Amino acid sequence: MMLDEAGWTALRLSLLVGLTATLLALPLAIWIAWLLARRDFWGKSVLNALVHLPLVLPPVVTGYLLLLSFGRNGPAGRFLEETFGLVLAFRWTGAALAAMVMGFPLMVRAIRLAIEAVDPKIEDAARTLGAPGWAVFGSITLPLILPGVLAGAVMGFAKAMGEFGATITFVANIPGETQTLPSAIYALLQVPGGEDAAIRLVLWACIIALGAVALSEWLARRVARRIAGT
Amino acid sequence: MTLSVALRHRFGDFALDVAFEAGPGVTALFGRSGAGKTTIVNAVAGLLRPDHAQITLDGLRFDTLPVHKRRVGYVFQDARLFPHMSVADNLDYASRHGARASDRPRIIEMLGIGALLDRRPATLSGGEKQRVALGRALLSNPRLLLMDEPLAALDGPRKAEILPYLDRLKAETGVPILYVSHAVDEVARLADHMVLLAGGRVARQGPIFDVMADPAAVPLLGVREAGAVLRARVAAHGEDGLSTLELAAGSVQLMGVQASVGSMVRLRVLAQDVLLSLSQPEGLSAQNILPVTITGIRAGDGPGAAIALDAGGDALLARVTARAVQTMGLREGQSVFAVIKATSVAQSAISGGAT
Repeated sequence: MMLDEAGWTALRLSLLVGLTATLLALPLAIWIAWLLARRDFWGKSVLNALVHLPLVLPPVVTGYLLLLSFGRNGPAGRFLEETFGLVLAFRWTGAALAAMVMGFPLMVRAIRLAIEAVDPKIEDAARTLGAPGWAVFGSITLPLILPGVLAGAVMGFAKAMGEFGATITFVANIPGETQTLPSAIYALLQVPGGEDAAIRLVLWACIIALGAVALSEWLARRVARRIAGT
Repeated sequence: MTLSVALRHRFGDFALDVAFEAGPGVTALFGRSGAGKTTIVNAVAGLLRPDHAQITLDGLRFDTLPVHKRRVGYVFQDARLFPHMSVADNLDYASRHGARASDRPRIIEMLGIGALLDRRPATLSGGEKQRVALGRALLSNPRLLLMDEPLAALDGPRKAEILPYLDRLKAETGVPILYVSHAVDEVARLADHMVLLAGGRVARQGPIFDVMADPAAVPLLGVREAGAVLRARVAAHGEDGLSTLELAAGSVQLMGVQASVGSMVRLRVLAQDVLLSLSQPEGLSAQNILPVTITGIRAGDGPGAAIALDAGGDALLARVTARAVQTMGLREGQSVFAVIKATSVAQSAISGGAT
């Protein structure tokens, strides 16, 4: 079970990338899910397709598109570097972006289902009691969808932890910088005698994934019980 | 406080086109399902944007305001309590958004929900939920109360549990109440004004006593439900269970009157329970005989005819067969006698509170 220095580095980096991607994607995912569930607007189906694109595209294609747009010579990449001094290409930040993009559709789906399960009539009742739209969302919708948000966050986190194809295409496999758990396992399997170290990393990947699911189940049950008030 | 509503709205092949006014007290919107009642209250609340609307409250333009600025207290048929909040948090929800209701303890006492404050909505009975919903709406310090069939989801005993609270509410708050219902007995008991809706239009509107006694309203209310509403004073309770009530045209003896002697009550006298006689009847088991004058005769679609009667200033309605109108030679302006059975006025049709 003990990992060597390189293994720890990959594990720590994966956790950092996974948490960053999840926390950054979550507010956006909630907003998009709310738009898709509750609003009718021009271009809704386009937005829906766009959100789901990373789910159906080959991850290598997604990674390459990220490289084209967010690489140092890509339009978005150049803008970020010139405006904020933020470089994504071949950095852990880029790995976080790739993880965000790949986990996003899963988050949106889970949260959207939760929002659709909330009776809009309850939100109407809140509006008649003087609550403006944002307050209705904060005090009624959000508390009621919390189990769905948690489920979406865990799905996104798990996806972010395990993301491989888009990450390796966009930010390569640089130990200490962009080498996440899956990349490290892949790299170990390419060299003779790397299987032992790879197996240990695989075990850790399993522990983290199972732990995340168990934690979210526990949290979701607690929240559901609080909502039911029993 | 006067609410003035003018609406036009189309959806599918249904067209709503109504205009009415609702003064202080309870204004009932009555009609069969599909008549457009809920559409109207939703438009007043702002939950529905009609094609054309002009809604004013005391001259203040209402329909241009967003929902949360209208300050209407809306009591829905399904209580719509917030499931993740305690009863107390439900009640105080509006105060979090700027409503200042000064008389929280009095409202909680009036509705008898003081013992429920720590409970969650899921643990409440249907009647309790509806009382909490009522309290929540009142505590939003509303300019106007909208009630969309607040009793329709409740069974008989639960209804009977809530009705006295509505009587008190009406007596104790000065807020205009728009009350949607398709139950004539509720309307007869609570409403001061009545707007009769049919097919998306206003068929009749006016004071409850006038509309209920209008022969033209009979087909809209249903022949079995139609009947005048009268004001009466309780004069005495007899030992045999019969109470004496004074009407403008004389006194009647009725069963099951709960109100105390001296108080004013409402009587709903169904049109089909009123018999007409050309001469003062004698030797009849029915003891309540009032001298009346025929003010209108309206033949129905079927074999029935609705007869409007004046009983010393009170309007009364009788439903007889068209053949009886023929053979008795009934005509407008004629003086006849109306016979009402003591058992025919149901207890639930007699309001307990103020009129």
